Amino acid sequence: MSIRRATPRKTRPRAPGRGVPPALLLPALLGLAFLLVPLLALLLRAPWRSLPEQLTSPQVWEALRLSLVCATTATALSLVVGVPLAWLLARTDFPGRGLVRALVTLPLVLPPVVGGVALLLALGRNGVVGQWLDAWFGITLPFTTTGVVLAETFVAMPFLVISVEGTLRAADPRYEEAATTLGASRFTAFRRVTLPLIAPGVAAGAVLAWARALGEFGATITFAGNFPGRTQTMPLAVYLALQSDPAAAIALSLVLLAVSIAVLAGLRDRWMRAV
Amino acid sequence: MPTRNPENAGAAPVASDGGLDARLVVDRGSFRLDLALTAAPGDVVALLGPNGAGKTTALRALAGLAPLTEGHLRLDGADLRRTAPEARPVGVVFQDYLLFPHLTALDNVAFGPRCRGAGKAEARARAAGWLDRMGLAEHAGSKPRHLSGGQAQRVALARALATHPRLLLLDEPLAALDARTRLEVRAQLRRHLAAFEAVAVLVTHDPLDAMVLADRLMVVEQGRLVQQGSPSDIARHPRTEYIAQLVGLNLYRGRADGHTVRLDAGPAVHTTEDLSGPAFVAFAPGAVTLHRERPTGSSARNLWRCSVAGLESHGDQIRVELTGELPLTADLTTAAAADLDLHQGMTVWAALKATQTHAYPA
Repeated sequence: MSIRRATPRKTRPRAPGRGVPPALLLPALLGLAFLLVPLLALLLRAPWRSLPEQLTSPQVWEALRLSLVCATTATALSLVVGVPLAWLLARTDFPGRGLVRALVTLPLVLPPVVGGVALLLALGRNGVVGQWLDAWFGITLPFTTTGVVLAETFVAMPFLVISVEGTLRAADPRYEEAATTLGASRFTAFRRVTLPLIAPGVAAGAVLAWARALGEFGATITFAGNFPGRTQTMPLAVYLALQSDPAAAIALSLVLLAVSIAVLAGLRDRWMRAV
Repeated sequence: MPTRNPENAGAAPVASDGGLDARLVVDRGSFRLDLALTAAPGDVVALLGPNGAGKTTALRALAGLAPLTEGHLRLDGADLRRTAPEARPVGVVFQDYLLFPHLTALDNVAFGPRCRGAGKAEARARAAGWLDRMGLAEHAGSKPRHLSGGQAQRVALARALATHPRLLLLDEPLAALDARTRLEVRAQLRRHLAAFEAVAVLVTHDPLDAMVLADRLMVVEQGRLVQQGSPSDIARHPRTEYIAQLVGLNLYRGRADGHTVRLDAGPAVHTTEDLSGPAFVAFAPGAVTLHRERPTGSSARNLWRCSVAGLESHGDQIRVELTGELPLTADLTTAAAADLDLHQGMTVWAALKATQTHAYPA
């Protein structure tokens, strides 16, 4: 059976009588400190006393609500188009599939600001597609909440696609064949057999995409701007607050840190043990 | 329910409007499967052959999971090549069953009827009926991982039968079971197949499964049919080394002249049959007797000087591999082997009565 949650592994027996060489131990500890000290600093310098007041300010709530709504919508959008895209990449063979796959993953490595610029050129008022949206439907996307969702989807969807494609490849395609012999069309087989089988992988990909969307900054500020209540998400609010009210910035950062830890906790089954 | 027709079992029936009429040609790289297959409703045909012979490919071609390169495929008069795989009236029991792990046994069986248009309640009622017939009513709510191998096999069979297929395909239906379960499941499967009114084709590399379950055997080697007939016919008249080994016979090919067959391998074998031209000679390992000295008063007309190449315990018998004038296998009782004090490399005389051989035209 191909899809099953990773069972907890037994700890490997350590090779006896072999210490850790200092040449490896010292850089390792340095790296660990480098990752942990900034987070520690965030906790140490947090304005704990004024924190309740900071977090209940309407501006924080507005940014948090907007962040959650946009990240969740972007994740939903990614699921609707990303899962079929992953299926196409994993289960069909067409000329140029390798190239398509590479293009899908491009936003993973592309600087988000460049993504924002590209979105402007495509969907901006004078953009390749945007001018028609404006002329025909009167739809303007940049500097709107919808724009935030699109920017976040652009950056986050590849995470979902890659994750789901990997799960699909690991899933036994013969279950789909079995469904076919029972009279299921390819879509029915996907919906009733494959999708339930890869559900854990889809969920993990969705959480990953959601976390990425939540933290999205570059593409959002480039494509959607920074309007409080409309396009100002948490990361934007943090950056802005840092210039005027550092205490508020720290408070907002703590909220995002808490969310990240929660995501990690949700994924621990899949990742913390996948060593 | 039409009963099976044992008199006809040995011959390949010509399917007119009912049953299966196929010629399966599938090219896969350098491998080519080319197999003609006909069967009447009620027939159970076994494709028997070694691993890699193309048996599973043939099954996949019948199910529409592997495209035909050439040939034709008709079932009950309808051209299946023009029918999408999901629309074919074909049921498949896969080798490792492929029960959907996220569905209960009941929903696994209801899956087919549901896909073919039945409502949820009706599909489940039908599935429950099938599980009941398989003696699995109390396991209806179990997920596949909680079923034993034998139970999973029956659920898979129920799932395949629940769509009322006109062609039932079984890929190594007993291979995934341990020896004890196998015996029991084989008997059950035999009952279900005997009651099945349409064509059943099963693939196996186990001659016992094939002989118990099928009324016609088709032996496939390297993508081609090498022999077909009733189980008893195949067992008595093997035509290839593979089958001879499967059914435990010594088999040689030669040229017959009266009561003698001059073997391609060298010596002649005296037989009771009167033949001429290319012929096979077969005899059972148990018919051979071994002697330390050349036997004098023996009535056995065949006598070969051999040396012991190997000894192997085979149930309560000792199986002796011999080389020399004629490479052959002989079965002795443990006592006889002990009396002879057999050991590797020693020279023995192998004797065989003409009446114990069986010659037939090649």
